[in-house]
Amino acid sequence: MRRRAVTGALYATPAAILVALFFVVPLLLVAWMSLHRWPLLGSPKLNLPANYSAIADNALLGSAAWFTVRYTVIITVLLFVVAFGLALLVQNRRRGVGFFRTAFFLPVAVGFASASLLFLGLLSEEVGPLPFSGDGPALGSVVLLVLWRFAGFNMLILLTGLQAIPVDVYEAARIDGATRLQMFLRITVPLMRPTIALVLTMMVTGSLLAFDQFWILTRGGPDNSTTSLVMVIYREAFVRLDLGSAAGISVVLLVLLAVLSSLQFAFLRRRSA
Amino acid sequence: MSRWSYYVTGTALAILFLFPLLWSGWASVRTDSGFGAENYARLFTSSNGIRPVHVFNSVVVSALTVGGTLVVATFAGYAFGRFRFPGRDVLFLLTLAILMVPYATILIALYVLLGWLGLEDSLVGLSLVLIVFQLPFSVFMMRNSFEAVPIELEESARVDGCTSFGTLVRIMLPAVRPGLVTVGLFAFLTSWSEFFAPLILLNSTGKFTAILAVVNMRTASHGSIDYAALEAGVVFMAVPCLVLFAFLQRSYVRGFTSGALKG
Repeated sequence: MRRRAVTGALYATPAAILVALFFVVPLLLVAWMSLHRWPLLGSPKLNLPANYSAIADNALLGSAAWFTVRYTVIITVLLFVVAFGLALLVQNRRRGVGFFRTAFFLPVAVGFASASLLFLGLLSEEVGPLPFSGDGPALGSVVLLVLWRFAGFNMLILLTGLQAIPVDVYEAARIDGATRLQMFLRITVPLMRPTIALVLTMMVTGSLLAFDQFWILTRGGPDNSTTSLVMVIYREAFVRLDLGSAAGISVVLLVLLAVLSSLQFAFLRRRSA
Repeated sequence: MSRWSYYVTGTALAILFLFPLLWSGWASVRTDSGFGAENYARLFTSSNGIRPVHVFNSVVVSALTVGGTLVVATFAGYAFGRFRFPGRDVLFLLTLAILMVPYATILIALYVLLGWLGLEDSLVGLSLVLIVFQLPFSVFMMRNSFEAVPIELEESARVDGCTSFGTLVRIMLPAVRPGLVTVGLFAFLTSWSEFFAPLILLNSTGKFTAILAVVNMRTASHGSIDYAALEAGVVFMAVPCLVLFAFLQRSYVRGFTSGALKG
């Protein structure tokens, strides 16, 4: 069946070209750029390892990294608890469940930048309807925004995991006299481990790369206290016009994310084996 | 959970989730003298508001991204789901790996690369990048959709003398329709609303997409922000997505349960 192999390869060619050109090449290019002094305009010059040694001296980068990690922990914990709670609430076919699911999921249709603008108004002193609006904590408003925008999406993924658990497992446990809490801890959580791992991975990577919400809602302030890592990359590239330095930070971030992902995958494989 | 606490909790939470949407709709039509379209008028006429060209740019980028994603992901999904060829598994894994390398980290390189290709500040260049970052989800979805089609369906078509392309178009595409709708819908949502990629890849205001123009109203304003016009912008951006979402709900729920989450 050689002809069939050729046909198959032909169908895969457009994807192969796009992935090579706009994924593999940029991946190599960002590493190459990080070894150079690479101004936005003008020709690059090799300056290894200046972009990397500068990272240690970049005070803003240090505070941004610390802030981004704190933000990631807060969001991952809260978002996971809320999304799991919603999924448990709407897991059974009952009257009104379709309406509830749609209501929780609807914010996903609103683009994240638009949602950030929505919350800018909603939480503002000038037009906001809430009694506690005003100069509240900047981080707090971003947390509310992210919970509203992403809880429904994660709920849907967790819901598919919940529904994949066979009903007879619960039946058997009930006959053995297990309490609801025991069933949740001994059956639901262990059987949902792959789904939980997927959801947590997405939450962690998404938060580590936060940009839109801070760019729009807090502008990184007050006093750079809500400046995220990706905002620093943007500033290096398009405010300080130093693409090499931006590439250096990107590479460090990429390596960290790769390590994190492989750790999560290793953890997942070991537990599900 | 008792019936009453289920209803009370569910309803309270539903109100919380729906409230911001309803509020932005209300805030966008509220004026000093009551209700009207003045905020929308300011959105489209103020010196740093949306211009028709920005909406046009967004439509172009969305059309290119949705069309491109559908074509590339359908072909690739068909290849991965139904054919064996050298390099198949490597290419499939490489495509999925895009998910693990969030594009914020390689956008700087893409910016330089598109410049080399003569696609600097270009809607086509932006669309190509958006297509690539839709591929992991879309190819995965389409592969699973094609795998779920009974093999006999395809074989009987081939016995009847259909070419592989004819089989794909006439027999397979109708069978994977829920997958296509889901892939197209998410490609649209991403391309219509995406903010960071156009912020990096588009430089001139004439090339801005609508969301860049709306955000610009906030970031370019020193001092007071025109919140009412901003909320009009939010509604303007959200309505096409919400409408599509509502219309296609049946299809993408089916697409999700039959395709994406299998295997």
